[in-house]
Amino acid sequence: MWRGFTTMLKRDLVLAMRRRTDILTTLFFFIIVVSLFPLGVGTEKEILRKMAPGVVWIAALLASMLALERLFADDHADGTLEQMLLTPQPVALLVLAKVTAHWLLTGLPLVLIAPLVGLQYHVGGDVTLVMMQTLLIGTPVLSLIGAIGAALTLGLRGGGILISLLILPLYIPVLVYGSGAVAESMAGGGELGAYFQLLSAFLILALVFSPWATAAALKISTE
Amino acid sequence: MNIKWFKYAAPSTFYPLAGRMIPWFWVSAILFIGVGLYWGFFHTPGILTDQKEYYRIIFPHVASAWMSMWLYIVLVGWALVGLIFQTRISFMMAEAVAPTGAIMTFIALVTGAFWGKTSWGTWWDWDPRMTSELILLFVYIGYMALQSAIDDRRRADRASAVLALVGAVTVPIIFWSVNCPDPNQCTALHQQSGMGKVDPDIVIAMLVTSLGFWLYSFAIIFQRVRNIILQRERNTRWVMELPEVKRGK
Repeated sequence: MWRGFTTMLKRDLVLAMRRRTDILTTLFFFIIVVSLFPLGVGTEKEILRKMAPGVVWIAALLASMLALERLFADDHADGTLEQMLLTPQPVALLVLAKVTAHWLLTGLPLVLIAPLVGLQYHVGGDVTLVMMQTLLIGTPVLSLIGAIGAALTLGLRGGGILISLLILPLYIPVLVYGSGAVAESMAGGGELGAYFQLLSAFLILALVFSPWATAAALKISTE
Repeated sequence: MNIKWFKYAAPSTFYPLAGRMIPWFWVSAILFIGVGLYWGFFHTPGILTDQKEYYRIIFPHVASAWMSMWLYIVLVGWALVGLIFQTRISFMMAEAVAPTGAIMTFIALVTGAFWGKTSWGTWWDWDPRMTSELILLFVYIGYMALQSAIDDRRRADRASAVLALVGAVTVPIIFWSVNCPDPNQCTALHQQSGMGKVDPDIVIAMLVTSLGFWLYSFAIIFQRVRNIILQRERNTRWVMELPEVKRGK
């Protein structure tokens, strides 16, 4: 069973490595959105510091959402997806492998680029560290929830914009506690433990339910 | 007693049944809403002197807010029944409930804005309950968008049912996160509902109005479901032989 998981993971990573621009597009989208905010609202340090948690998290939501459309689209277009659904492997496990690959390619780069945002918004080292930690726990949740939307809208006209309508409201808890933790650490300490526990709880919930729901949605979409 | 539970699960038997029930729902809805609002406007004491008369918008406000949440539960219930038993009528019911739920949410938001303007001095405040209601509206819109984006009916039904179930799991978490953005200290700004402290006349008027809104939902949802049945089953013999269909030709 694990071989199915690792094979699928490796395959998706190799495919992505052959077309590196796809990964970079998401990353640069994130950087551009984050860089546009100071141009729109002014470059005063205090305003930027205050905005930083929300901006980072909303840019992360949008970036991870935009990348979702491609999660199953290519495999659906060339028929690979149907073959995957026919294999004796549990579909949920294959879905989990695909989502993991997707997160490694689109979520993890956002975590690694976060210090740059920290510099742009003058938030300081400690806060940047908290920002990276929350992104590290939060972005997998975004990929997992988003996979359900990607599976439901598979192959539809205007699928990309439809995903945002379905999925963005479901991202709210992660947004609230992700940016909440960053803001709390900026306000000078406080108890951050509760935020991390809640985010981790969301991750565990999403890990358990999302692959299963995504598998069900894929079966509905491809039959 | 031998009740045929599934007799009315077939569109051909449910269609005439709903048709017979709709006038009754309309009459009783108008009656209940009329009595409830009359009672609320003219037979409740003006105890809230600081809030003057405008608090009376509470009657449509609370009724629509209750219905907006209740109808989402109804929607999820039909989606679940549809996925389990694969009955066509359940998916049609779920599809018919969504627009009414969205409208109720919208009414709750608009009446709330009017009330907020007069009592808090602002049309909108990012208070937890208001935000939750706004998000509920987004969830309804997402459901309807997915439903109408898929051309294949069978896929549209089942995909939107899965979305409704995913929503049912996440909506409580969303509401809770909005209610309590700082996990270390949870406070709600919107006044807590304290039914026990309210004047019994107001409670009665509110309950009667809500019942009226519920009856209205029944009437309008049954009408919509009848339209959906006609649309989807238009190629079947029983639809073609309906007197109202024959007359139209």
